Amino acid sequence: MSAVATKPTHSHYESNEADNFLISSKGFLSWALTLDHKRIGLMYLIGVMSAFFLAGILALVLRTELMTPDQWFLTTQQYNQVFTLHGAIMVFLFIIPSVPAALGNFLVPVMLGAKDVAFPRLNLGSFYLWVGGAIFFMAAMLYTGLDTGWTFYTPYSTQTRGPVVAATMGVFILGFSSIFTGLNFIVTINTMRPPGMSWFKMPLFLWATYATAIIQVLATPVLGITVLLLAAERVFHIGIFDPQFNGDPVVFQHFFWFYSHPAVYIMILPGMGIISELMSVHCHKSIFGYRFIAYSSIAIALFGFLVWGHHMFTSGMAEVTTIVFSALTFTVSIPSAIKVFNWLATMYKGTVQLNTPMCYALSFIFLFTIGGLTGLWLGALSVDRHLHDTYFVVAHFHYVMVGGTLVGFLGGIFHWWPKMTGKMFNDFWGLVSCGFVFVGFNLTFLPQFVMGSRGMPRRYARYLPEFQEMHQMSTVGAYLLGLGLFVALGVLLHSLRRGKKAPPNPWGGATLEWQCSSPPPYYNFQTSPTVNEPYDYTPLVYRDAERGWDYVQPESAPKHVPHS
Amino acid sequence: MSLYGLPLLLAQGSTARSSERAAGSSFWFPPQASTFAKDVDSLYMYIGYISAVFFVLIVVAMVWFSIKYRRRSGYEGDSTALHNNALEIVWTVIPTIIVVWIFAEGVKGYMDMMTPPASTIDVNVTARKWAWSFQYPNGAISTELHVPVNKASRMRMRSEDALHAFYVPAFRCKTDVVPGRVTYAWFEPILEGTFDLFCAEYCGDEHSNMITTVTVHSDEDYEKWLKEAAKPPTDIEAHGLWLYERMGCKSCHSIEPGKKIVGPSFAETFGTEQKIFGGTAIKVDAGYIRESILEPQKKIRDTFQGASQMPSYQGKLKDDEILALTAFIEALKDGKLTDDELGKNDDKPTAPK
Repeated sequence: MSAVATKPTHSHYESNEADNFLISSKGFLSWALTLDHKRIGLMYLIGVMSAFFLAGILALVLRTELMTPDQWFLTTQQYNQVFTLHGAIMVFLFIIPSVPAALGNFLVPVMLGAKDVAFPRLNLGSFYLWVGGAIFFMAAMLYTGLDTGWTFYTPYSTQTRGPVVAATMGVFILGFSSIFTGLNFIVTINTMRPPGMSWFKMPLFLWATYATAIIQVLATPVLGITVLLLAAERVFHIGIFDPQFNGDPVVFQHFFWFYSHPAVYIMILPGMGIISELMSVHCHKSIFGYRFIAYSSIAIALFGFLVWGHHMFTSGMAEVTTIVFSALTFTVSIPSAIKVFNWLATMYKGTVQLNTPMCYALSFIFLFTIGGLTGLWLGALSVDRHLHDTYFVVAHFHYVMVGGTLVGFLGGIFHWWPKMTGKMFNDFWGLVSCGFVFVGFNLTFLPQFVMGSRGMPRRYARYLPEFQEMHQMSTVGAYLLGLGLFVALGVLLHSLRRGKKAPPNPWGGATLEWQCSSPPPYYNFQTSPTVNEPYDYTPLVYRDAERGWDYVQPESAPKHVPHS
Repeated sequence: MSLYGLPLLLAQGSTARSSERAAGSSFWFPPQASTFAKDVDSLYMYIGYISAVFFVLIVVAMVWFSIKYRRRSGYEGDSTALHNNALEIVWTVIPTIIVVWIFAEGVKGYMDMMTPPASTIDVNVTARKWAWSFQYPNGAISTELHVPVNKASRMRMRSEDALHAFYVPAFRCKTDVVPGRVTYAWFEPILEGTFDLFCAEYCGDEHSNMITTVTVHSDEDYEKWLKEAAKPPTDIEAHGLWLYERMGCKSCHSIEPGKKIVGPSFAETFGTEQKIFGGTAIKVDAGYIRESILEPQKKIRDTFQGASQMPSYQGKLKDDEILALTAFIEALKDGKLTDDELGKNDDKPTAPK
């Protein structure tokens, strides 16, 4: 570091504080009709976090009811409605749009050194589709109470009294929001990369977003068709899913999971992209095996289309089909394992900074590894006969979706918070939130693996008393997890009022978003930023807490003449 | 007894079932009561050991690197790109070999579960919201499953309404019951005793009460039970009760005064005036009961309007059976029947100890 001290001490970064995108224009309409991807990203962030808050409260309601084997305060009908709401809101309104729509919208153009996404109007349009879909969906469900589970399995969904048609129309609208976002990112990444940024010089977050966008565009239309057919079956009895009219319920499951399994990768891939960024930046070390991580994102996206049948191992598919799906399911485990090993190898000989984003990233690796490994039990056909539709499955997918995506998302929010808001958060309380989330999460879901192995079926409003202790542990864990999330929210809100001003590059990141000021100006970059290797940290030098990291031009040729 | 708070609530537990786990359970598993259990459990444990090795390696590396390479004064890490193709290939190939093995073992066990032996005892299983009904080769019908030990039984399953799933944890056996299809499950019990049988596929309101038991008898007891079970009671009210328990009425209609499960209670109902949805009042008499069995949606009592999902029993109950049920409901008009009247104290064959 002493060697670089002799290099020019001016800041390489642009300073455009007056053009800060948050205050560059004022008034309600300047936000409501904005075409700025950063504002749209922030609006998405508020939207998805509200959905998450609501569905999280519902999770606590469920866990509280499960303190006792018999009824405490929810009837079985109410319990079924609450778990349906919890799952449906979490999946359709939170996890699917969380990383791509909120963080992705903010970051994709900035990471590309671009001014905006390729289709800014389409982007705003997809935000309003999301809002419209969300209102439609929630109103439908709250009005009379949907009780089909988020999976809408037929023939229950064609018979039940719940507002199935209205809810599926909500899903249909939300699907378009997702498709448009994906389309926008594909075009943006394909066409707007700056000179010098070849595919293999792209930050890994963009690779993950790109892989996600492919799934969004290819798989989501199938969901749209599925829910339309479901509505048609319910209203017109066209005879496709309901055996009363010569349909077959298993066909619905094939349709549904053809989207909803790839959707799992819509949920987890962007989380993995975040972790690749966080591990590299906070270890101050070039990512290990860049190409392997990038290819594994694409591999996961492609394999993800071929494994939907593992949701149906007990539904009476032909034996050969079942075996083929089991084999394909195992193939997905390999690229996921490669990613984990590469993240670990990135730490080797690095400079590990154990701050809030890094601790969330490490939690992600811990929890995602459990989530991934427990998939091996469920992929093995004979063991799955026993574990299918039990709490083992519930624990497994929560380890992936919450331990993976949510924890990764939180890590990403903390990591890019200074960039998005221009404020530093309190790292100590950030670490406290991470600790509570980690402990609470494990306490919630580890007992559920044991319960599932012992035979506790999922979606049970009442249960046998022998499971009570495990359920109670799980409930206590859920409250700890909730507390951790509230602390995280408090830390972030506190920073908005009291946080120190963030420097352009507080963590020492080498990707382009750290080259503009925090928060970025409306137009992101006044001049095209210098494209360098996304994980090359040699030109970065740490000044102090106030100025953060600075980029020093390698040797002789300073890009700008110092102002004096 | 709870260490985890809200002790007051715990006193509320009021199910008749014991909170003890069945004899033969281990920390992870229910008793190994069928020929499948050993194989499933051992593959489960092997995957567990393999995963534990990987997990420990990953976490140890993570913690060790976090400490050894933590940012501190006087330490400067390497920040340049490292890469090692040999290492990447090793950690791609080794997991691949392992998952191929797990896959193959899983398929082996699965094929066993899919391939019943040439001779089995076939039981017709009917799943409906929210009860099970089992019909045996001699025509006997029961709501709990009874099977002999050390003989293969095969379930021939159909559903009358939504998806259900036949799940006996102690047998490690689960298969969906799909309306419009016939699905099969087979198992060979190796332990005598009584085990839980769950519905494992969400099927609506009382999904979590769609629980019954499997009783595994010795050969001799099984034959004895089968003979008894095939005889319907000769007394008309007892016949009504017998049907009430076997035809699925029980899962929605209680026989305790005022207790609502999903539909109205059968007790203190016969002969009363009730308002029906849409305004008019009806008298609960033999005619109304018959109509409600055959066309359940026609006249729904006021407070049950939203809840009615009752299927029609047209073609499922014969006229004399409807009469027997009517007589049974009439017998309940003054409230609950005693255990004696319900026939609970009769000498029925019971489960082996």
